[in-house]
Amino acid sequence: MSRRKTERLLSLVVCLLSARRYLTATQIREAVPGYPESFDAFKRMFERDKDELRELGIPLETGTNAPGDEEYGYRISRQAYELPEITLEADEVAVLGLAARVWRRAELAGAAEGALLKLRAAGIEAEDLSQPGIEPRVRTPEAAFGPLWEAVRDRRPVSFSYRAAGRSTAQLRRLEPWGVVNRRGRWYVAGRDLDRDAERVFRLSRIDGQVAFTGPAGSVVVPPGTDVRAAVRDWDQEQPVARTCRLRIRAGAGYGLRRHAISIQPDQESGWDEAELNFADTGWWSEHVASFGADVVVLEPSDLRDAVIRQLKGVLA
Amino acid sequence: MTADAAARAPVPDRRGPDRSGPVSGSPVRGTVGTATERLQRLLALVPYVMSRNAVGMAETAAAFGVTERELVDDLNLLWCVELRSPDPYCPIDLSYEGGEIVVSEAEAIGRPLRLGVDEACALLIALRMLADLKLPSISDGSALSRTIAKLESAAGSAAGPSAQVAVHSDGSVQSAAAVVTDALNRGKRLHISYYVPGRDEATERDVDPMRLLAVEGRSYLEGWCRRADDVRLFRLDRILGIEILDVACDVPASAEHVDVDHGLFRPSPQDVLVEFELSPAGRWVAEYYPCELVEELAEGRLRIRLRTPDTQWVRRLALRLGEDGRVVAPPELASQVITDAMAALDHYA
Repeated sequence: MSRRKTERLLSLVVCLLSARRYLTATQIREAVPGYPESFDAFKRMFERDKDELRELGIPLETGTNAPGDEEYGYRISRQAYELPEITLEADEVAVLGLAARVWRRAELAGAAEGALLKLRAAGIEAEDLSQPGIEPRVRTPEAAFGPLWEAVRDRRPVSFSYRAAGRSTAQLRRLEPWGVVNRRGRWYVAGRDLDRDAERVFRLSRIDGQVAFTGPAGSVVVPPGTDVRAAVRDWDQEQPVARTCRLRIRAGAGYGLRRHAISIQPDQESGWDEAELNFADTGWWSEHVASFGADVVVLEPSDLRDAVIRQLKGVLA
Repeated sequence: MTADAAARAPVPDRRGPDRSGPVSGSPVRGTVGTATERLQRLLALVPYVMSRNAVGMAETAAAFGVTERELVDDLNLLWCVELRSPDPYCPIDLSYEGGEIVVSEAEAIGRPLRLGVDEACALLIALRMLADLKLPSISDGSALSRTIAKLESAAGSAAGPSAQVAVHSDGSVQSAAAVVTDALNRGKRLHISYYVPGRDEATERDVDPMRLLAVEGRSYLEGWCRRADDVRLFRLDRILGIEILDVACDVPASAEHVDVDHGLFRPSPQDVLVEFELSPAGRWVAEYYPCELVEELAEGRLRIRLRTPDTQWVRRLALRLGEDGRVVAPPELASQVITDAMAALDHYA
């Protein structure tokens, strides 16, 4: 059954690619073996076949050969079908081989393999030519990646249930997605939030359950000049440096803070060093400083000192 | 079909009465994948052979990930294609005598199908990610930008959506990456000064480099750590100092590569099992670290369990969380965290 169907689809593709003009459904039935006798059954099968070819990306066109022709016909334009000539130098083949490995076991792995197969079919010798010693990967463990990539690709609006940071309940968000960006190993989607009518960024791992398509393909317009990478970077980035703090750091400890210090004054006798560091967000910084426990003491400013004390008391609460 | 072709091709007469029956005496087999997947393969197979003039069966089967038997079945199917109108003709002629495939006639499907949107974008997103990594060994020369330009041009409009997906890379590690690549190429041992945030330590180690990994925008040195006597990963942005030693790299034969396809950091059963209760503000912990258990409690709180070889790291995490997270088990660790917090508070007394 499956073999017959493959034969029929293959014959259909060859027939429509060979035809120099539009062929009517009747002409196609005469030329391509494997269709049923009854015209209605043929029509149904032919409709399904057309859909399947289009899903494979085969550019099946409909039209008429002359103005005034009553019946529409079908053809596949060679130019639209064929991969244009492409040749790659040896160093280009090597980076292509490396690129094809990036998605391995991730969402677009099958697509990358399919692309490589077509390029091999175009004569490119890309037989696992990976650079020795280098392994690049991207992963897509978030279930929302697949549907959001489709939404971005097809320009469709979506809705999903989202649990914002620190919130106990999820909220339904409606979004016109502009792009999907991976930053520090996490996927984000940027777009226009339809309820807030403003640009927003969402982290894919905080999406609960299904992503639903809420409009037809092509209905999202990405504003010209949109830079989704920059949108996610700005959203993710810490605020600009605002203040300086003075800390006492136990000698031989606190490397995570010393790395970023503006100045460090060692004090051999006390066994403690005094360091100055810049920080921006008091909440985040007090948590970070508290994580060093008894190896670090805040001298000033006093609000940071109080925040660290509160943080440590929270552990005991 | 010519008589000559019939003599060369060991397939039955395609106009014979049993053309839909078993071919070449082989059983009718369920072929790999669906009818459309097979169609894709057939449409690539013909140009694959034509662009190489003649190609071996074994090599072709390997390139398409099928057995030679399945390949023979594919070739027979192609050869059997027949169109009946206006006049009956067989558009594809091929032979595979002596284990070598030759396609002598297949004009209509002589070129591969264009790249689909997913296909073009998968490669372009990956290539741009590599460019963003700025690894010296692949960024030297212009191979990346040339390949991107050629693919964009071949893909046409299918390349469009790739601009809407990006993988950021940590660009601050190029100098360390350059030294690692140099050591790999020359087969030399490295000395590194490495910051371990979980323990808040700067450690000195000699490492025999194995690979440079670039996973999800971060770069890692994979190597045989002579201090741990084991394979270790070192994040390049945590390498405080790096130099190449005049000692040959010596990785034991028993050293195994880290499995980059299943997450770089997988807990081992020997690790300590730690249980936390998190408030809504502490939920990020479940996103940042691989957990064995994530259980929703009332009011948006979470119970998580994770394994770690390093309880020092857990103590620091607990201090960072404050009232947003509490170590529940093991109880010794929970009381250690209390002791840590009290010792820290003593400085402010």
